[in-house]
Amino acid sequence: MANILELKKVSKSFDNELVLDELDLEIRENTFLTLLGPSGCGKTTTLRIIGGFIKPDTGVVLFEGNDITDLPPNKRQLNTVFQKYALFPHMNVSENIAYGLKISGKSKQYIQDKINYALKLVNMDDYGKRDVAQLSGGQQQRIAIARAIVNEPKVLLLDEPLGALDLKLRQDMQYELIRLKNELGITFIYVTHDQEEALTMSDTIVVMNQGYIQQMGTPENIYNEPENAFVATFIGDSNIIDGVMVRDRLVKICDVNFPCIDEGFGQNKPVDVVIRPEDVVLDEPGRGQMDGVVTHLIFQGVHYEMEVMAGGFEWLVQDTVMQPVGKEVSLRVDPENIQIMNKPASEDEEAIVVDV
Amino acid sequence: MFKKKSLAGPYMAFILCGTIIPLLAVLYFALVDKNGSLTFANLASIADPIHLKALGLSLLLAFICTVICLLLAFPLGLMLRKSGGNKGFVIFLLILPMWMNFLLRTIAWKILLQKNGFINMILTSLGLGELDILNTPTAVVLGLVYDFLPFMILPIYNVMIKIDNSLVEAAYDLGATPFKVVKDVILPMSMPGIISGITMTFVPAMTTFAISEILGGNRILLIGNIIELEFLHGGSRNVGSGLSMVMMVFILISMALLNKFDKNGEGTVV
Ligand SMILES: Nc1ncnc2c1ncn2[C@@H]1O[C@H](COP(=O)(O)OP(=O)(O)O)[C@@H](O)[C@H]1O
Ligand SMILES: [Mg+2]
Repeated sequence: MANILELKKVSKSFDNELVLDELDLEIRENTFLTLLGPSGCGKTTTLRIIGGFIKPDTGVVLFEGNDITDLPPNKRQLNTVFQKYALFPHMNVSENIAYGLKISGKSKQYIQDKINYALKLVNMDDYGKRDVAQLSGGQQQRIAIARAIVNEPKVLLLDEPLGALDLKLRQDMQYELIRLKNELGITFIYVTHDQEEALTMSDTIVVMNQGYIQQMGTPENIYNEPENAFVATFIGDSNIIDGVMVRDRLVKICDVNFPCIDEGFGQNKPVDVVIRPEDVVLDEPGRGQMDGVVTHLIFQGVHYEMEVMAGGFEWLVQDTVMQPVGKEVSLRVDPENIQIMNKPASEDEEAIVVDV
Repeated sequence: MFKKKSLAGPYMAFILCGTIIPLLAVLYFALVDKNGSLTFANLASIADPIHLKALGLSLLLAFICTVICLLLAFPLGLMLRKSGGNKGFVIFLLILPMWMNFLLRTIAWKILLQKNGFINMILTSLGLGELDILNTPTAVVLGLVYDFLPFMILPIYNVMIKIDNSLVEAAYDLGATPFKVVKDVILPMSMPGIISGITMTFVPAMTTFAISEILGGNRILLIGNIIELEFLHGGSRNVGSGLSMVMMVFILISMALLNKFDKNGEGTVV
C-alpha cells in the first residue's frame, strides 16, 4: 500500500508560539488514522494543514506523492467534516449535500442519485427536504458527513465530529463511522482527545503532545507497548514506576527483581516501568513477588479498582475479585506484562506531562 | 403581565402622540379641501407634471444613492470579515461623522464644492481644471451617499461579521472558488443586513428635502422639497398632505417588495 498523504518536517507557529515542530507523518491509503492527544496539542492545526486551511511555516504536504502545500482547499481531493457541522443554514438538507456536486458541474440526475445514496448511507432517507435547523446534533453530523462523502474524496478529515454528542449517541456514531469507512474504502483522518474513541475506531493511532508525535501504531500496540510515560498515562490507567534494568530480561522495582522480556537497555540502567492495573495479580501474602496491604477500594462495574501499598509504591490494581481495605495481600506480574521504557533524555522531554 | 404592559406605557404614549395622531391628521388633511369637505383632488395632485417629475427624480436619486452605498458597503464588509485587525476601529471611523449634525455635514460639502472652494483649489493647483457639480443632481447624490452610507454599512457589517467562518471554510472545502463562496454563502446569509441597509438608506434618501436644498440650490426639486414648499412656504397643507400620503404608499410598496427577498425574516425592516 502506498502513502496517500505525507507531512514532511511541517512546522507551524501562532504568535511566536511553536505549535507543530518539524512534524513527520506518513498516512497509508485506506486506513482509519486517528490523531489523539490532549486539548491544545496541535491536532486541529495538523488537520487544517492537511485540509489546506492553514499554510505551514516550513515543511511540505504530499498527496499521492505530489506537493500540495500551496494548493487551496477547493483544489484538494479531500473533504472535511467540521467540528461544529458547518451546514449551510440557508439551504435544506438536499441542497447542502448537493453543493459540492453542483460546483463540480455534475448532472441533475447524478446529483439526485448521489443525494439519495448518501442519505441512505447515513440512515436519513426521508430528510432531504428538511431545514437543517430542524435537525438534532446527531442528525446534523450525519448530514455533514453525507455532504462530504458524496464528492468521493480520497481522504475524509474529521475534527472531533462526535465531540458535541451525548455518550450513547457518540457510541452509536462510532460504529457507524467504522461501517462507513469500510463501505467507502477511503482514508479517514480523525481527530479526538478521547482515548477510548481512538482505541475503538482506529487502524492507526498517532499520539500527539505539545506539537510532537509521541507514538504511532495500532491501538493494541499503543495500549500494550507505550513508548514513553506520556503515552502510558494518556492511554488508560497505568502504574509508572522507577526501576533499574539489572540486565537483559530482569528489572528491579521497589528493591525486588522482576523477570521481564525486554532486552537491550544495558546493565544497571535507570528506566521507567509501565504495568497496567489489570495485569497486577493479587494473592495470599507470601505467594506473590511482593507483599503489601490494600489501602483503597472502589467498585467500577466490570471490576474492582484497588490500591495496594507495597515496597513503598501505591500500586493501582484492577480485578474482578474484591479485596477489602486493610487486607494483607501479595502481588505478582507476569514477565510479558512488564513494559520497560527509557527515561526521558532531556528536561524538555520530561516537560511532556499529562494534562487531561 | 400587567407589569410588562405598564412598562411599555411611555413608549405607547410616544407612538400615539408622535406617530399615530400626526398620521391621522395628515390623512384627514389629505382627504379634505380648504373648506373641510371631502375631496380626492389632493391625492390626485401627484399627477401634476411638476409633482410627477419631482417624484421620479426622488426615486431615481434615492435608487442611485442606494446602489452606490450597497456597492461600497458590501465589499467593505467582506474586507472587514477577512482582516484580523481592529475592525471596531474602522467602523468607529466610519461612524464618527454621524456624531455631527447631518445639516452641518451637508453644508460642509457645499462649501467644499463651491466654485472657489477647497476641492477646486486643489484641482486647479494640480492643473486638473475645475469641478462644477454644485447645484446638480450629482452633488445631491454625493450628499445622499455621504449622509446615508453608515446606515448601509452598519447592518451589513453586523450580519456579515456573525457568519461563522467554518461555513466559509466548508464551502471552500467542497470546491467553491472565492467568488462562489461570496455568492453562495456570504451574500445569501448577509441578506437580512442588506435588506435593512437598503431600507435605511432608500427611505430617507427618497424623502429628503434638506440635502437637495443645500446641494441642489433651488434647481433640484425632489418630492420632499415640493411637500416642504406646500406646507411651509405659502402652499396648501392639504396638497402637501395628499402628496405625503402618496409618497408613503410608494415607500410601503417598495418595502413590501423588498421584504419578499428577505426569506428568513431576520431583517430589521420596518
Ligand atoms: N488561529 C490561531 N491563532 C492563534 N493560536 C492558535 C490558532 N489556532 C491554534 N492556536 C493555538 O495552537 C495550539 C494548538 O491548537 P490546536 O491545533 O487547535 O489544538 P488541538 O486541536 O489539539 O486542541 C493551541 O495552543 C492554540 O491556542
Ligand atoms: Mg482541536
